[in-house]
Amino acid sequence: MARIFAYIVHKGGVADDTAAELPAAARKIDATAPPVAIVTGWGAGLDKVCENLRGTYREIWKIAKEPLAYPNAELVRKALVNVLPAGSILLAPHAHFGVDLSPGLSIKMNAAYVPDVVDIEGVEGAWLKAVRQEFGGQVSTHIRCDLSTGAVLNIRPGAFRPSTGAPADGQVVDKSAEVGALAARRRYLETIAAETGDVDITRQPVLVSIGRGIGDQENVALAEDLAEALGAAVSCSRPVVDAKWMDKSRQVGSSGQTVRPRVYLACGISGSFQHLAGIKGSPLIVAINKNPKAPIFRVADVGIADDILEFLPALAARVREETCVPGKRGAGHD
Amino acid sequence: MEILVCAKRVPDTSENEIQPNCSGTDIERDDLVYSVNEPDNYAVEEALQIVARTGGNVTVVTVGAEEDEEILRREMAMGAARGVLISDDAFQGSDGRGVAAILKAFVETGHYDLILTGVQAEDGCAQVGGMLAAMLDYPFASLVTSIEVLEARKLKIGREIEGGSKEINAIDLPCVLSIQTGINEPRYVGMRGIRQVASVPIPTLFASDLGVGADATGGAAAKVRRLDYFVPPAGKGAEMLTGSREEVVEKLMDLLKAKGGLN
Repeated sequence: MARIFAYIVHKGGVADDTAAELPAAARKIDATAPPVAIVTGWGAGLDKVCENLRGTYREIWKIAKEPLAYPNAELVRKALVNVLPAGSILLAPHAHFGVDLSPGLSIKMNAAYVPDVVDIEGVEGAWLKAVRQEFGGQVSTHIRCDLSTGAVLNIRPGAFRPSTGAPADGQVVDKSAEVGALAARRRYLETIAAETGDVDITRQPVLVSIGRGIGDQENVALAEDLAEALGAAVSCSRPVVDAKWMDKSRQVGSSGQTVRPRVYLACGISGSFQHLAGIKGSPLIVAINKNPKAPIFRVADVGIADDILEFLPALAARVREETCVPGKRGAGHD
Repeated sequence: MEILVCAKRVPDTSENEIQPNCSGTDIERDDLVYSVNEPDNYAVEEALQIVARTGGNVTVVTVGAEEDEEILRREMAMGAARGVLISDDAFQGSDGRGVAAILKAFVETGHYDLILTGVQAEDGCAQVGGMLAAMLDYPFASLVTSIEVLEARKLKIGREIEGGSKEINAIDLPCVLSIQTGINEPRYVGMRGIRQVASVPIPTLFASDLGVGADATGGAAAKVRRLDYFVPPAGKGAEMLTGSREEVVEKLMDLLKAKGGLN
């Protein structure tokens, strides 16, 4: 069996959560040989990450190069191609850096590439059997991948449970000298922090969150009205921001905000893993969607198969009855 | 600037419920509504906006079958100067690497300054653009949410990273970029626009036209193969509230009171 490596994403001297998840994926490929961590970067932050990984990995390959101070995928790819033995299997997290790095890396390694792996069912001969999802999680597939010339496997963050076991007491091996000169035709300039909007959705105990199912910009008012009745705020998923119906600062997900409410009302949201990644703190998730097979019902605590355009006003009216807050209901009888 | 956009025709998930067929060999394709992969539409719009500023032409290419011509026509109605269909039985079963090899061969028949793809298609792989760039030895950036033409051979691009932040890079041309949704507002295409390009010829290129063979494309060359489709396991699954709408609202009210949802 080829050696298995785990690419460690880190920032500010702290390894990403996926650093603890990749060994669990590696174990499903080969239970006998623990993976080697590969960490690229520069300076004290890199040393700190390597030191902290000694509890999780038996061997940590450190690549310290000044041009790698910011993780530029083109430079990291060159470093990995120079350092990885032929036929290696590399695991990386399927997030914004892995999507940037791995497809091209697999070409330069002449290796197979499987993106967004959610499970691994084992290896038979040279063939790895993995599980993926398509159509935003509506269907799953089994994938067969040829390992004979190596592989790059992008692992979905959160899909593999971090392993708990005895501390690995790992060794840090400095591989910097094997990397050679690094130059790229794409150069990092700066990071622009997310804009903060009028409402900070990360501090709200209750969120009325809307997705593509809201259908039209004018229907956003239905969610705003319910939120007002509940004393909640309105957040949303990506398609609502893409359509410019709500501000980017209201978006929940891996490319938006991470929220920790007590109650999360997911209204007309299909439930992509990128969206769910932004919901933390185990809130009560109530999903309302007219499609009873929507993937959101697999992860929600409570499900309601109904049309949000009719359900949200009905709920808002009932909440107002309960809380006696005068609302925008009809004028009543005369 | 000469821009190539790689597009794909896919089942429209906003119009269809996707499920495996009874034998699990494919998804159930009866009555599916197809459209252009949504992120590809943003890529075409971005290409059109760039050539409106710098001059040049937009070409849209797809690897597929005869029926995929309709999305090329749609993108031509948006304003793309040329559509090209690449189709050959020998390409059946190609994996991402195989599709990238086909596109590489096509790119080498022309002179493109910039190649755009959508960020990902219905399979969520997000792979062909990065592979194509590596095969061409061009620089690449994924998840692009802004493009500014700096000078003749250079762009300033923004990429979407975690927490809503944006990573700004300079990138040399020629390059390959994968375009994230939301980068622009794709223009509306009406029936009239489609009719206007209905008779514009769309060339079909075969494997022999591009000089790509079975060593690089098709099922035999694929390192990765899909074995089946199945319904994802339910997990814990939601407790479904049933009954009339009034009854469901009452049940939900009780839950909200218990869990601190009523402030």
